[in-house]
Amino acid sequence: MTTAKLRKNISSEHRFPIGKILLYIVLIALAVFTLIPFVWMISSSLKLDREVFSYPMRWIPETFHWENYSLIWQKVPMLTYFKNTAIIAVCVTFIQTLTSSFAAYAFAKLRFRGRDILFLAYIGTIAVPWQAYMLPQFILMRSMGLYDRLLAIMVLQAFSAFGVFLMRQFYQNIPTDLCEAARIDGLSEYGIWARIMLPLSTAAIATLVIFTFIGTWNDYMGPMIYLTRDENKTIQVGLRRFIQENSSDYHLIMAASVVSLIPVSIVFLSLQKYFIEGIATSGLKG
Amino acid sequence: MTVNAVQPAGRARKKYRMSRLERKNTLIAYSFLAPNFIGFAIFTLIPVVLSVVMSFTEWKGGDLASMQWVGLDNYASIFNSAKVGSKMAELGFFGGLDYFFSKVDLGIALKNTVFFTIVTVPLSLICAILLALVLNKAVRGAVVFRAIYFFPYVASMVAICVCWNFMLMKNGPINQLLMALGINFNKSWTADSTMAMWAIILVSVWRNMGYYMVIYLAALQGIPRELYEAATVDGANKWQQFRSVTLPQLRPTTFFASIMLIIGCFKIYDTVAIMTNGGPGRATKMLVLYIFQEAFNNYHYGLASAIAMVLLIVVLIVTVIQFSMEGKYSNN
Repeated sequence: MTTAKLRKNISSEHRFPIGKILLYIVLIALAVFTLIPFVWMISSSLKLDREVFSYPMRWIPETFHWENYSLIWQKVPMLTYFKNTAIIAVCVTFIQTLTSSFAAYAFAKLRFRGRDILFLAYIGTIAVPWQAYMLPQFILMRSMGLYDRLLAIMVLQAFSAFGVFLMRQFYQNIPTDLCEAARIDGLSEYGIWARIMLPLSTAAIATLVIFTFIGTWNDYMGPMIYLTRDENKTIQVGLRRFIQENSSDYHLIMAASVVSLIPVSIVFLSLQKYFIEGIATSGLKG
Repeated sequence: MTVNAVQPAGRARKKYRMSRLERKNTLIAYSFLAPNFIGFAIFTLIPVVLSVVMSFTEWKGGDLASMQWVGLDNYASIFNSAKVGSKMAELGFFGGLDYFFSKVDLGIALKNTVFFTIVTVPLSLICAILLALVLNKAVRGAVVFRAIYFFPYVASMVAICVCWNFMLMKNGPINQLLMALGINFNKSWTADSTMAMWAIILVSVWRNMGYYMVIYLAALQGIPRELYEAATVDGANKWQQFRSVTLPQLRPTTFFASIMLIIGCFKIYDTVAIMTNGGPGRATKMLVLYIFQEAFNNYHYGLASAIAMVLLIVVLIVTVIQFSMEGKYSNN
């Protein structure tokens, strides 16, 4: 059926307005553009080396070479990379969330000398790109003996001003009367933080957790600078090493890439609601 | 107890105990701040201050005592002021400028970064607005589409970049597609001095658009319905509504998003490092890659710090513009 005919049919039936169909065509076209690299990645990961760039290309491999996925684990210590990344990401997320919500409570709900100056110092550094001060930071960390240790990446990521800023913005919207009432009822400030602020800020905490976790998991430049020994590498730097050492094993590189994407995909798909709402409300990222 | 009864009592109490409370509160507040602030001060605040100092020193690693104060030497060196100066004397101001942007590393890195930013920012914004507008219509499966568009932002750069690199190879799917359309580009994109930059732009836009779509989506949902109703009453068609209601209402968001994008573009590193490593030649050399190479490949820490200061100044200028404009927009 030609498009003209199709259009005629539709407009006469008044069931599927032409606008709706166009809308879906645009939606699907954009979705294809967005997803094509991932589809190609998966498709190539199941091919033989020489099939990856065959002409004409096939989207579905002739035979599925699942053994590619077991081969990569023998070629590089993927499991170690995963373990390191998971340790770093979990620790950073925990420290970041805990300390920033703690600090944010002070900035949002307590009056004390020097509050504005301290907060300005936090805000000021958000504007400074990390790349501008990564060198003194590197030298400082190395003189503290943190070079080539997982701890380096943890402290690098865990105390970002962004977390404090995000939580403080959220706490400011919680009515101060609630705190006042709790104070009159005899709750200490720590009690107010633990029993009133924390339960009320689960949405903000979820946002911060997801941002921090995914940001740390995907961080490339930090581990690239700090982690050199193979047993310390994270999945991103490990994958990079794998690519450089096996630069013509396209199928294996794609298989390793797919594997490296699985954990973030799971986190994203299960928590995407919080992720997207978090961006919509806070709007920024450090 | 009614609210009215509590409030005056609470206020009176507060006034009466103010000075004692203040001292106690300050201590409590510091105990809340300390865990974060100590880490923040050591690993962020001090390095930020030191980074300025370091750009005036020379240090090639090793003992910290071997760090030497060299004044403006690093800056003279990255701007290659002697050579650029003599070229200016010889060929005039613009001749010297031309030499700076075509021969000096910093000039090339600046030129590349600015070009990348100027192209990537509007393209990302247009794609993001388009995605948001389409998704803002009540469509089935909007949540699924939203997740799909957003996904590239979550996926790690190494996997994404290497995949795009392969796709843009000589015999890759993109060139095959172009061939089917009658365009014969028989080369890997990242090996061509013009297309390498476009490959990086493509990946960046592809990755950015989903993120800014989410921001635009939130902004679209915040536009009051009455505005559209009033426009319809006035006889405005869809396009007119888009131009005179939607776009102006989105202006603060667009402004905010473009600032974020500009800063993000100036900090680009991962994509370049993985896809082209600045090549071919210096065609995609960007500021941060230049910093990285000087510091961690050549161990010119002082020099690298000076380049970092150039980056810092550019980003600060953009931020200052943001702050000064923000007041204007919030008044609207």
